[in-house]
Amino acid sequence: MSAALNRRQLLVAGAVAGGGMWLGLAPAGAAMAEAQALNPWVRIGGDGSITIVSHNPEIGQGIKTSIPMLVAEELDVDWATVRIEQALANSKVYGRQVAGGSMATTLQYDALRRVGAGARALLVAAAAAEWGVPAGALTTAGGRVFHPETARNLPYSALAARAATLPPPDIATLVLKNPKDFKIVGKPISGVDNRKVVTGQPLFGLDTMLPGMKFAVFEKCPTYGGKVASADLAAVKAAKGVRGAFIVPGHGGDYELASGVAIIADSFWHANQARAALAVQWDRGVGAGQSSAGFAAHAATLADTQGPKIITESGDAAAALGRAAKRVKASYSYPFLAHAPLEPMNCTARVTGGKVELWAPTQNPEPGRKAVASALGIPETDITIHMMRCGGGFGRRLGIEYMVEAAWIARAAGVPVKLVWSREDDMTRGLLRPGGFHHLEAGLDADGKVIAWRNHFVSYGDGEKYARAAELDATQFPARFVENMAVSGTMQALAAPTGYLRAPANNAFGFVMQGFIDELAHAAGADPLQFRRDLLGPARLVGEPGKRDSYDAGRARAVLDKAAVMAGWGRKLPARSGLGIAFHFSHLGYFASVVEASVAADGAVKVAKVWVAGDVGRQIVNPSGAINQVQGSVLDALGSSLGQAITLKDGAIEQSNYDAYPLLRMADAPPVEVAFVLSDHNPTGLGEPGYPATPPALVNAIFAATGVRVRSLPIDTGLLKV
Amino acid sequence: MPTKLTLNGKAVTVDADPEMPLLWVLRDVLGLTGTKYGCGVAQCGACTVHLDGQPVRACQTPLGSVGKGRITTIEALATSPVGRKLQDAWVALDVPQCGYCQAGQLMSAAALLRDNPRPDDAAIDAAMTGNYCRCATYNRIRAAIKQAAVA
Ligand code: FES
Ligand code: FES
Repeated sequence: MSAALNRRQLLVAGAVAGGGMWLGLAPAGAAMAEAQALNPWVRIGGDGSITIVSHNPEIGQGIKTSIPMLVAEELDVDWATVRIEQALANSKVYGRQVAGGSMATTLQYDALRRVGAGARALLVAAAAAEWGVPAGALTTAGGRVFHPETARNLPYSALAARAATLPPPDIATLVLKNPKDFKIVGKPISGVDNRKVVTGQPLFGLDTMLPGMKFAVFEKCPTYGGKVASADLAAVKAAKGVRGAFIVPGHGGDYELASGVAIIADSFWHANQARAALAVQWDRGVGAGQSSAGFAAHAATLADTQGPKIITESGDAAAALGRAAKRVKASYSYPFLAHAPLEPMNCTARVTGGKVELWAPTQNPEPGRKAVASALGIPETDITIHMMRCGGGFGRRLGIEYMVEAAWIARAAGVPVKLVWSREDDMTRGLLRPGGFHHLEAGLDADGKVIAWRNHFVSYGDGEKYARAAELDATQFPARFVENMAVSGTMQALAAPTGYLRAPANNAFGFVMQGFIDELAHAAGADPLQFRRDLLGPARLVGEPGKRDSYDAGRARAVLDKAAVMAGWGRKLPARSGLGIAFHFSHLGYFASVVEASVAADGAVKVAKVWVAGDVGRQIVNPSGAINQVQGSVLDALGSSLGQAITLKDGAIEQSNYDAYPLLRMADAPPVEVAFVLSDHNPTGLGEPGYPATPPALVNAIFAATGVRVRSLPIDTGLLKV
Repeated sequence: MPTKLTLNGKAVTVDADPEMPLLWVLRDVLGLTGTKYGCGVAQCGACTVHLDGQPVRACQTPLGSVGKGRITTIEALATSPVGRKLQDAWVALDVPQCGYCQAGQLMSAAALLRDNPRPDDAAIDAAMTGNYCRCATYNRIRAAIKQAAVA
């Protein structure tokens, strides 16, 4: 993928005032002026400063540290001397600027090393010209060029002006470092903004302050898809600290600009308090009758059927079930989830002379730009987006509705506005991780081998089309590993908008598939680890080489075996304690988890420790950030499995704050030991694939401890009482 | 109505409603945005500040209740040796992911270390359990508290 990218990109360079140079990476055909007018990727100042631009949104995944590390490595500078600057949103210059799908490392590992190498090559060429020696006789280190023969050296700053006049090298022919010579990449490096974080400096979207700015809240219908029918705003306008209130008619629905009432005030507190004085008649919309209980009841009626949508079909599952020595049948389910990042949705907007400037904590600026342009009827080029650090993303800020709301409200208010969603807004008007139901049946032959697998997936969507983030992919494991498969789907219509949550869809499928596989292992009388090894079979690539969904059985087995060894799989544990194991492949990463859990007499579950092994290729860019991400993913998965559910009743979400939707707390967070298996594959991302193997490892551990099989999340500890 | 406060060691006069929670006085009136809003209902600890050295949830502390109490926020944590050690440990161990909860975590941890310079796991759990970290950096928070304790 990165090779294809390189062919479409050119290095561009030029001079910076004060004797410096800049270097950028532009799509072939992009105007040089445009590349330069925006923040170029690298700047070497005549004053000795070295600036690397971070172009992706920072949501806590550490991208503002890890991507510049790649540039700095090949540029051959000391990390301590580098300054990192956040880019504006501009996909024409920077290409993809999305924090989603764990794709940044996958796509940019090679390209950004070449940016660093390109700048270095120009500086070396400048030194060669300066000294009249061949470039091949020069070396670099710590931001200087050396000519060992004559013991001369110059800092980059002294060469930058000359380098700026030279033609940039062809990106494809640059020579990159041998990874064994890496000085920065592969070393644990603390996040570049950590000192600012720990001293409370303004960094996040919510910290934005503009001169003359007011604060806004936006009250929407309690049911998704609802609209303002009428509103009496007299009382709210008279409330303390309120500067204005108006109806927003809406544009494009809940994914863009819902209908509602905006309140503008001197502080968020004033605006939020004033909501009590609102008198709005809502037209509650088509979703008003929908409830989680209703969806579950309908799904239960489909237990013995197949769905109209064919997802995977291979062999003859019905016939194989017919001749199976043993059949196992079970229904699994999981709820809607909220993303609940700790920083609620917010966006600050200023509209001046028809132009819009946004300060947005976003994972996905360009769709936000489009939606703002459409809702306000202005060209996209009149919108500037400052990507603010996000107080957590988890996929929530791939949604862009709060950007549209802020822009629309600021224009109507006639002053700069910081729109803040209360926690209650955040939880009751989120983009739901779709819940789902799986009616499974599998057949084992006399040797305990899985010969048939049937799954009726009851999901959300319209006809054949899934709701966003609900899709069950045709190659989801164990597809291609069981000869006779029949996976079908039924959609239930859902008014609520859905969205991508960390390891979308996989975060639930891991639980279902690896939970059920554990049941099959026990039905076969096999060790759960050995049963999984046998199911994976010998090391080989299943599927087409180079395809995103091809499955490397060897890599899966390696992480499975590694996690098992780390955890001491097979060791004896006290009564009501157990080990559970699971593995999962998603987002190009292979992960396995082993959970050690104990269950008290009252059913309370305590996780003692989790061991995780992951394979995301041959190089971990920043081991410090990488381990943090995996530990976070695993604990996130435990927290959600143990206590989180969003439920709909009469079209509205019943949970409105953390008291009803608890996150994992310190006292319940076990140590998570992480190891990476380095395999000879291109590095890929790891903000997501560490999640899906943990929920099943937990329920499998609970089964080992109690003999009770948990088939529904969150875990109902009432079922686990002695 | 003007209220006199002692904030981060300085006398400050603020003109705000006495019912207004200290969190919003700090953030929206005084522009001191280091103290964070997460829930507004004493569930998450993101808004933790010190009032006379004790950790309190600023979202549940009306301005009018502060009186002569000394308020310390994350912006002044470095003025105490314990605060400085904690901040250094946080950076050295690369604790933050998104970082949004960390101001509150540090304020809770600073109060803990002042009262209990060598906390064990149970003491850490008890002091820190009111502070959510949605990114779940708990393993590192625990390690950083221990590192700061021996620094
Ligand atoms: S904002 Fe005060 S505890 Fe959450
Ligand atoms: S670091 Fe993100 S909430 Fe704690």
